[in-house]
This record gives sequence, structure tokens and C-alpha cells, in this order.
Amino acid sequence: MAPPEEYRRYWRANLRYLAILLTIWFAVSFGCGILFVDQLNQFRIGGAKLGFWFAQQGSIYAFVVLIFVYVYLMNRLDAEFGVGE
Amino acid sequence: MDVQTWTYLIVGATFLLYIGIAVWARAGSTSEFYVAGGGVHPIANGMATAADWMSAASFISMAGIISFAGYDGAVYLMGWTGGYVLLALLLAPYLRKFGKFTVPDFIGDRYYSNVARTVAVICAIIVSFTYVAGQMRGVGLVFSRFLEVEINTGVYIGTVVVFFYAIMGGMKGITYTQVAQYCVLIFAYMVPAIFISLQMTDHLIPQLGFLADVNDGSGVALLDKLDQLHTELGFAEYTDGTKSTVDVFAITLALMAGTAGLPHVIVRFFTVPRVKDARISAGWALLFIAVLYTTAPAIAAFARTNLITTISERPYTELPGWFSKWEETALVAWVDKNNDGVVQYAPGPPFVGDVDQQRPAGGGARVQGASGQALLHNEPTDNPNEVYIDRDIMVLANPEIAGLPAWVIALVAAGGLAAALSTAAGLLLVISTAVSRDLMRKQIKPNMSEAEELWWARGGAAVAVLVAAYFGVNPPGFVAATVALAFGLAAASFFPAIVLGIFDRRMNRAGAVAGMVVGTVLMFGYMAVYRLGWFVEEVPAPETWWFGISPEGFGSVAMVVNLVVALVISRFTPPPPEDVQEMVETIRIPRGAGAASMH
Repeated sequence: MAPPEEYRRYWRANLRYLAILLTIWFAVSFGCGILFVDQLNQFRIGGAKLGFWFAQQGSIYAFVVLIFVYVYLMNRLDAEFGVGE
Repeated sequence: MDVQTWTYLIVGATFLLYIGIAVWARAGSTSEFYVAGGGVHPIANGMATAADWMSAASFISMAGIISFAGYDGAVYLMGWTGGYVLLALLLAPYLRKFGKFTVPDFIGDRYYSNVARTVAVICAIIVSFTYVAGQMRGVGLVFSRFLEVEINTGVYIGTVVVFFYAIMGGMKGITYTQVAQYCVLIFAYMVPAIFISLQMTDHLIPQLGFLADVNDGSGVALLDKLDQLHTELGFAEYTDGTKSTVDVFAITLALMAGTAGLPHVIVRFFTVPRVKDARISAGWALLFIAVLYTTAPAIAAFARTNLITTISERPYTELPGWFSKWEETALVAWVDKNNDGVVQYAPGPPFVGDVDQQRPAGGGARVQGASGQALLHNEPTDNPNEVYIDRDIMVLANPEIAGLPAWVIALVAAGGLAAALSTAAGLLLVISTAVSRDLMRKQIKPNMSEAEELWWARGGAAVAVLVAAYFGVNPPGFVAATVALAFGLAAASFFPAIVLGIFDRRMNRAGAVAGMVVGTVLMFGYMAVYRLGWFVEEVPAPETWWFGISPEGFGSVAMVVNLVVALVISRFTPPPPEDVQEMVETIRIPRGAGAASMH
């Protein structure tokens, strides 16, 4: 196992990524798709109201991107701290 | 060739393919049986996870549900995809590093308690059985509608096929079969969607057609046209919905956390070689799932528009052939309340109860009314609506409604079967593993040989298939309620226990067990009273729901209660033993994962 100090830094960096990514996760789905759907519906994307689009399409695209970004960030972090496999 | 011949041909070919793969990939060891030897490529695992996850309900019913619910359908779209973000970020990599075979394994070891392990086993079995019964029924339905055999015969055929490849191949056979099944089901879903998108909007990609103008020269956007049609007929606007914001929020959250906590989904991440692969394979899985989940709302909108313009204010005698054909299966029905021979479509149920067609005394198809429609026994309601349309028809009959060739219709049958079989197989494996490993090896017979354990696993799978077939033939009346319960339970029990087990080193046995028990009991109780009407005179009205949250969404409340109870109790009780705390530190870093192991 990595020395305790290194280990704590690795874990804190991981938690920071999680906090940022989960904030975006919450914002695109619960935020844009549910809580602020009426406000966003005043805008349009193509032939759809924006809030409706987030609820039925946009949030799903964002979820996919979020996971791939997470994978990229974590692989970089693993390499930086030498804890990868 | 006609539809029937095409269907036999395509379904037969896919079944041969699945069995062929199972023979090629049969399992020789417990490790291969439980986790495919831990050597599955992340992309293959992503496809298998996607097929495992997308059930008969996703394939057959979801587009139809959205079609009738409009905006509210978003709870399923976001709920069943957003859970993968939680899974990828909070669970999959750490559970992979932990390196055992099952979710109860993790709960039992992390909370150093056989009580916790047993609670987890019971939850895993309840959740999986609930689910698998619906899948076998789905297989029966597809058979009966496309091949005109009895539903029960369909269930038996499906049982034999699953029996064969799940028991022989274990996780290894299932994984590679699921890869094939994903390809079949996504092809079958996309082909009609693309055809219809081209027909209605000239766009090749349904996701873009969804945002485009209808191509009837009016220059009106598809969704605007749909809103207009809805308003004219007296429905709420399609893009608006009718559920309260708090309920939409709660249901979405419960489905997300439930998805991340479902044992048959989690176990898929034990099958890849490294922690890194567990992360990326969640990404692939969601990408493959998203293809179907972003197409579904497009299909829903196309089908809804098509349906309204095809039937509303049309004389029954001028309706296209599919209406009469699907009347035979009681999936659509028309009662001419005002005797004008014209179909009026409006909100509200057209009659009381399920479709109950009048049958001629000497047998035969139906008793016909003045326009040739099937007459019903049902008592008409006093609203103006005259049409009953089953939501499943939106996917099953969509190719016919759009006038697509026979082979496309046959393809939909094969796709529905692939979706149902792949999910059933994954669930059966969870049940068999729970029996052979979590009960037999861990609790009853710790010294048995690997060969013996493998026999227990196969026996468990065999019994599970038979029980599932029984439920498929005799579906319990509360299936709809129990599927919601499966997600609610997974959200209220597993999800907090696993997340806390990884992210809170101080979490101990007392806290986790108390949290799981309180969360589960609360979820059960709310569902029992507010959905099934147990312990009370009658099912309480929606106005009496706690915080305005429906039983489907209550899992999110129970989950929060679980979290709070667990955190509070753990702080007033002794911390977990030193070796458990060390284990938590170990699973947080990827290095040294190795293969999923026996010890």
C-alpha cells in the first residue's frame, strides 16, 4: 500500500472529482430536467422545449459523458500516484 | 414470405445462436460459473450488462409508457440511466477491488456479520424473483402475439432455452450469450425506429427526428404538433405531464439508487480483469443502454402522433387493418358510445375493468357490432372516450402501424425475446449464487469441494428457473407493485449499506444493520399500505401520501432514513475492528486487485 500521506492525498483528489462530477450529474437531471424544467421550457432546442429535452434526452447524453470523463480523470490520478495495476 | 414464417425463421436462428454460444462457453469452475473467470473484455462486459439490464419491460413497454405519460415518462428515462453514474463513481471500482463474487459477500465481510449477510441474501433473492417472474411472462407474451401459441406454451419454450444455457454456462455462458442478445435487441429496436423517423420527419436518426418538423409541409415541429393534438382532444400537453414535481423527483431518485443497488447489475462488474476495466465497462454499458433509451422517447412521440392522427374522428370501417388485428388480442378495443360509427379518442378510461370481449356461443373470433368491431361485456364509462389502447402496442404494433415490411415485424419479436431472456438469465444466476455461495458455502457447509459447490450452483439455478416458470404461468396479481418494490428495496437496503461501507471507514455493524432493517421495513410498510391496501380498509388516496410521494418514489425517503439511522447509530457504538478498517483502505486504491477470488 502507498504511504499514509500519499494515500490520503490520492483519496482526497478522488473525492474532489466525485463531488464535481456528481454535482453536474444532479444539475443536468434533477436540476434541468425536474426542478427548473418550467423555466428552461421557455427556451428551445430544435423543435423541443429545452427543459423537456433535458428530461428525455440531454441528461442521458450527459450521464454517458460523465462516466467517460471520470474514467479519464481516475486513470490519470492512478498513474500520478502509482497506484494503478 | 409472410410475417409468421419470417418470425419462426428469425427467432429460430437467434435461439440456435444462443445455445451454440452456451455450448462453446460452458463453465468448468466456480470462478467461471460466478464471474466468467474474471476475464471478460470491458466492451463485451458493457454489452452484456446492457442486455442484462434492458428487460422485456424496457424493450416492449417503456416507449409505450412514455407515449401515454409524455413528460412524466422522464422518470424512467433518467432513473434507469442516471443510476449508472452512481454505479460507476461510487460502487463498481471498489467492489471490483474487494474481489469477491456477490453483494452479500461484501455486506457480510464489511460488516463482519452473518446476520447482515443473511439480510442481504434475502433481499437479493426477493428482488431477483420479483424481476424474473415478469421476464418469463414477457417471453410468453411475445410468443403468443407473434407466433399464435398459448402464452403458457411460450413460457415453457423460454424456460427450456434459459434452463439450458444458464445452467450449463453459468456467468461465462450468460455473458457471451448476452453480447449476442444485445446485438439482436438493439438492431430490432433501431430498424423500425429509423423507418418511422424517415417516414415522419425525413431524419435518419430518430433522436434528431424527435426535434425536427413533421414533413407534411406544415412546418410545425413534431412535439408542437403533438401538444396541439393533445390539447384539442382534452389531454394535458405531451411535454408537460401531470405528476407533481416532488413525486417526479422522488421516483427518479429511487430508480437511480435502486439501479445502482440491484445485485444482478452489480455482479457484472466482478467479471472484468481490473479495477480500471470496471470503471470503463460501466461507461460502455451506459453508452449501449443510452442508444435504446434515447430512441425510446422518439418512438413514443412518433407513435403517439401516428396513433392519434390515424384513429381520432375516423369511421371504424376506414381504420387500417392493424386495429382489427390487435383487437383479437384484446390490446385495443372500441366502444361506440354515441353510435355514430366514428372513433372518438379522449382522456379517461373508456369502460370499467379489463377488456372482456363477447364470444359467440359456438366459439369463433368475436361478436361483431354494427361497424364490425368486437363487442365487449364491459360497462362503458360516462366520459366521451371510446378507445382502449394497451401501452405495449406502441412497440409491438408500431411496425404495422407504420406499414413496415414483414421481416421488420419478425425482428421485433426476436428483439423482445432477446431482452427478456438475457435479463432472466442474469437474475437466475444471482439467485443460484445466493444459494450455493452465500447460503451453502458461507453458512451451512464451509468445507465442500469446488465441484460440489458448482453442483449446488447449478441446482439452485435449476430450481430458480422452475419457480420463475411457475410465476410466469401464474403471474401474481401484485407484479406491477412488486417491480416498484424491487427498486425501492434495492435503494432502501443495499445502496446506502454499500456506499457507506466504502466511503465511511467508521461505519460499523450496528449502524449498517439498523439502517438496512429500518429502511427495508419502512419501504415494505409504505408499499403494503399505500399500494396494496394491506392493514387498512381500502388503498389510501394519493392525497394522503407522505410528502405527496407515491409508493414508487418512496424508496428515496427510505434510503435517506437508512443513511441517517446508520450514521447516527454508528457514532454511538464501537468502531469496526482494525482488520475491517484496513480492508476499507485497501479497496480504495486499485493496485493489487487480482482475479475475483475464493477467499
